[in-house]
Amino acid sequence: MLDDTDRRLLRHYQHAPDLPPAELAERAGVTPATCARRLQRMRTAGVIRGNHAVIDWRALGYEVEVSLRITLDKAQPNAFDELHAAARAVPEIVEIQTFLGRVDLRLSVIARDMAHYQQLYRDHILTLPHVADIEALMHVARIKSDELLPL
Amino acid sequence: MIELDTTDRMILRELSRDATQSASALGRQLGLSQPAAWRRVRRLRDLGVIKGRRLDLNREALGFGVTVFLGVKLATKGRMSIEDFERAVAAIPEVQTVEHILGLFDYRLRVVARDIADFERVLRRRIMMLPGVGEVEANVLLSEERFPGPIG
Repeated sequence: MLDDTDRRLLRHYQHAPDLPPAELAERAGVTPATCARRLQRMRTAGVIRGNHAVIDWRALGYEVEVSLRITLDKAQPNAFDELHAAARAVPEIVEIQTFLGRVDLRLSVIARDMAHYQQLYRDHILTLPHVADIEALMHVARIKSDELLPL
Repeated sequence: MIELDTTDRMILRELSRDATQSASALGRQLGLSQPAAWRRVRRLRDLGVIKGRRLDLNREALGFGVTVFLGVKLATKGRMSIEDFERAVAAIPEVQTVEHILGLFDYRLRVVARDIADFERVLRRRIMMLPGVGEVEANVLLSEERFPGPIG
């Protein structure tokens, strides 16, 4: 479905998602019209799902980021859906991932400082339903975060 | 710390949904003039509140059927081994993110692969060959949801 030109376009686009369309076309070596048409086609086909602004939470005073690795209590038939729904309602939980492996879920939580984190943990994390075990990992630094696909 | 007003918050919310919106479209939606919307977006960018954009691509449609998170423990810890490890791991194209963490592991890696066989290749030939690498735990990603966060 995708040809080499599409892949070349995506390669340039994912490296610089804020490029103006004309410049993206030039870098990928296609005309602006071709570029616009192909991007639109890939959007319609669901290959390009979105282009999102990335917020720097540190700039907004959120200094703490914690990964919570959760093991579910699988004896409860609706454990997964109920925990998911409860976690979605907490604004400081910015990411929910589910896994096949040693852990079932991972929640990414941001907080202003350790006191704020402690309060979130007590009021919103420990109250999450059907949790059998939680391990917390504290983020120290991001070495690489571009999430580029090796196209 | 940077103070935001309600309009700034609505702009952040809108742009984290779709960053390609023009200042005039944004202004129309929020009841601002085009120049006023543009000025606010520029301010948020200049202050570093908006640090960039992220293209969300459908990995499966592009042939990357498997995403695995690896928890990695370093076997030897010294300044040199940490620097060597970080440099080498960041250079692997299949490694999308590298986070330094405290707790059960030292690093958390997000790895994409075409399929499980391809993942095994990356794990054996790339990850396990990294300088200083010790214990590795793998969890295969099934689903992922991201939220705009506590914008208010």
